[in-house]
Amino acid sequence: MASGAGEWSAEQIDDYETLISTTDVELLKRAWRNEKASPEILPFEEALVKRAKEQIQLMEETVDDFAESGHDPLIASLYQMDLDRAQFLLRSYLRVRLQKIEKFMFHIWKMDTYRNRLSIEEEKFTERCIRDIGKYLEETVLSKLPDNYQSVLKQSIISEEDDMVPEPQLDTFVVAKCERATRPLYLDGSRQSASFDSRDDHFQMVPGDLCILRYRPFQEELMSGNISLV
Amino acid sequence: MAGQSDPHISLFSAEEVEFMAEDELIEIVPNMRMDPLNFICGDFGPFLPQIASQVPLWLAVALKKRGKCAIRPPQWMSVENLTRVLEGERESQGAFQVLPFHYVEISRLLFDHAREDIPDMYMVRSLIEDIRDVRIHKVETSLEKFSGTSAVKIPNLSAMEVNIIRPFVGRALQAFYKHDNPEKIPDVDRASSAQTRAANNEPRRQLRR
Repeated sequence: MASGAGEWSAEQIDDYETLISTTDVELLKRAWRNEKASPEILPFEEALVKRAKEQIQLMEETVDDFAESGHDPLIASLYQMDLDRAQFLLRSYLRVRLQKIEKFMFHIWKMDTYRNRLSIEEEKFTERCIRDIGKYLEETVLSKLPDNYQSVLKQSIISEEDDMVPEPQLDTFVVAKCERATRPLYLDGSRQSASFDSRDDHFQMVPGDLCILRYRPFQEELMSGNISLV
Repeated sequence: MAGQSDPHISLFSAEEVEFMAEDELIEIVPNMRMDPLNFICGDFGPFLPQIASQVPLWLAVALKKRGKCAIRPPQWMSVENLTRVLEGERESQGAFQVLPFHYVEISRLLFDHAREDIPDMYMVRSLIEDIRDVRIHKVETSLEKFSGTSAVKIPNLSAMEVNIIRPFVGRALQAFYKHDNPEKIPDVDRASSAQTRAANNEPRRQLRR
């Protein structure tokens, strides 16, 4: 086995180095790109969003102070630009998530894995969205249809599944950049196993690699930060 | 090429791609004195006249617009290097030369805001345009060899090139995948209607017959 203890510690050092050299803006940008590019909703970056909010608030106060104290207008405008950029990222990140929630609200609500990925506010939003859309469809259309066709979730009562609920299409293709070396992965989604050598459909990336991938088999790599979407 | 001209189906708009490129670091030579800037996106400076300093591109452009600095074009933007890259692109049909991920956006921003800081500006510009054209052409021809698979490496492709081919290649690979695995996506109609829905943001669904 080639992967000894030494390799792991090198990886951990790498992690530590990226951690201290990466700003929250950089992390937020990655989260924003991932969220924009992935077909499903990703776990909410709670700690990151909290930190970004605090930093934005601090910066807003600084910029206000500049304006009041008649500081050099050039410096004030530069700080304002930095603030605008951070705010744009945060807003866009939150907005992309809301769009996804609006698109897949019934599905998200039904599945615990997805529901757990929402923030408290997003959960409230989803709940209200479902209630309002349900009420709206009820009043405008469903109540006027024959008895068997009145469900928001099903085409008719003979449907066994909720076949009127849009689901994210996980077999879409995304463009990904490798951040950390990933373990070899079979393209059917299974992990490395004892029969590794007998199969030739495994795929491995090294940092910096750019690939077009089917989203589903690489979900875990994305969540663990081994790859990021671009 | 299919899908490349419609901005609505691109995942990232041209402005968003530019926004990302603006965080790339570049060297400036200020002509004034300024205290360090402690930004949310990092700390930069202090700035002293004639002393070179690394800043994000957006900050460089902002200072340049106000006449506070000169921008030093990055190494790869020299005529020599670009000539070599262009030759390399023309010679190897399969592979792409190494250029920064955001080379198109960075050079565009510098041409727009810092013309006088770029030596041989017209030469540099036409070289970059040629490189772009050759690369895009190569992308298109290499697409002809694409076949159904779950993962394709696209080494050295740039952000702009990725953005252009994404809608088309993504859909093509998905179609390959669908035909190879009919059992995995049983309801083909439904999957393809999900595609259109994603594209035009309009909820629409196929009624069951």
